[in-house]
Amino acid sequence: MLAYRDGHPIRAAQFLAAAAGLAATLPAGRHVINVCADRYRFAVGLAAAVLAGKVSLLPPSHTPQVVRHLRQFAPDVFYLTDAADCAIDLPQVRFPDTPAPVPPWRVPHLADETLIAYVFTSGSTGVPVPHPKTWGRLVACVRESARRLGLAPGTALLATVPAQHMYGFESSVLLALAAGAALVAERPFYPADIAQTLAALPRPRALISTPIHLRAILAAGLALPPADLILSATAPLDAPLAREAEAHFAAPLIEIYGSTETGQLATRRTAREQVWHPWPGVGLTLEADRIWARDGHLEAPTPLGDAIELLEDGTFRLQGRLADLVNIAGKRSSLGYLTHQLLAIEGVRDGAFFLPERSGAGGISRVAAVVVAPGLTEADLLAGLRERLDPVFLPRPLLKVERLPRNSTGKLPQEALAALLDAAGRP
Amino acid sequence: MPLKPMPELASPLMRPREAADALEGELAELIVAALNLEVPAPSIDPEARLYGEGLGLDSIDILEIALVVSKHYGAQLRADDAANTEIFRSLRHLAAYVAAHRTK
Repeated sequence: MLAYRDGHPIRAAQFLAAAAGLAATLPAGRHVINVCADRYRFAVGLAAAVLAGKVSLLPPSHTPQVVRHLRQFAPDVFYLTDAADCAIDLPQVRFPDTPAPVPPWRVPHLADETLIAYVFTSGSTGVPVPHPKTWGRLVACVRESARRLGLAPGTALLATVPAQHMYGFESSVLLALAAGAALVAERPFYPADIAQTLAALPRPRALISTPIHLRAILAAGLALPPADLILSATAPLDAPLAREAEAHFAAPLIEIYGSTETGQLATRRTAREQVWHPWPGVGLTLEADRIWARDGHLEAPTPLGDAIELLEDGTFRLQGRLADLVNIAGKRSSLGYLTHQLLAIEGVRDGAFFLPERSGAGGISRVAAVVVAPGLTEADLLAGLRERLDPVFLPRPLLKVERLPRNSTGKLPQEALAALLDAAGRP
Repeated sequence: MPLKPMPELASPLMRPREAADALEGELAELIVAALNLEVPAPSIDPEARLYGEGLGLDSIDILEIALVVSKHYGAQLRADDAANTEIFRSLRHLAAYVAAHRTK
């Protein structure tokens, strides 16, 4: 069984036929942004693109600014959507409600070097950075994943994360297409919906989620259905929460460490251990104060965004994010990138994003921002930022000031920023 | 959308509109406190959008509010349509949902 949609199983044959049918109708452009919210339709769209020799673009968000950058990256790009009201400023292809008849299909053979997708990160300048993903490496990575997860064939993967981000792409789509699991079309959000959707899936079934969602599910006071596996990624999960999740779902919880650039890199059984076990063949080395990952399934040597302590037995401990990088409820960016977006708004004379010392409500720290923009209101500024940023990075608070407290070298000391927050009466 | 009768009123002497206003006010206070928002609760326009524009809440906030609503009112938020944003169209919509589904 390849997928479940609305409680109905879908076989690989049906999936391949749908993909072949869709492939025949796609326009000429070699690049496609697949924004399908339904995970099955996303997968059909991905496969259709591959069959048609096209490359899928997976950006971190679909704000107008990001879309403009992608159009510069690939002028022939169009987008595929399953939503009636999608308003992206590019040529649109709607996922067909009734599939067209299709010629006889076969399981396609894909060469290892086949370029499947570019996944984008925010980078440090204002421009999204493309990271190519080729078929052979993606498959090698998720097959090792299936092995170390002990994934039973046909395991239904219920994910709370989108297919378009690297974690969801690997763990809720590719695990099904290349490693024998079954993907689930629905992406429930509220704890009650997650519990109900999970309970309705046949065993074996897995929950693919994040710390923020697991915390919410466990705090909701619901009777939770048993599962066979839980995955967590995007931000560090603390051991007590992992143990609580294992107890309530009666399933092992495996945490994944990785990045958009590298894909999955390591796993650990968080309830029982602190150290991480890297993927075989991946080399981790310390070079000039930075940990680099290379070889294995990586497309290129990549510096990691975390400080890591390498242990003699090949495992490692995570020590913390590097200074400029931010992770809000699992979404990653950098203060440099966010500040760049702020400064790009017409009417902004100076400004900076920063991380306040203390954490906000529910333990979720938000980024704050300070800005000099005499002719703009707070609402204007937020509207400008909304054009450019994923909503989770909108600043709280956004402080309008006459002048930024830069020191003699032009830097913004953390104490000066904290003083601004205090002066404004914010904690 | 049709509303079921309120399971209980804030006071036996309150008419339904007053009870609805009271629930809206109560929810506004809970939301401001839970999310550590800058705005004073009484200033939230009951008809303004909560999600995206208006109050500018995002999905992290929505999860937090779902938790507050389940703990305080014993009501579980469910996706009520494909867009998943009807409940948060406004404070008024959220209060109506809570009123219809509260068990506390």
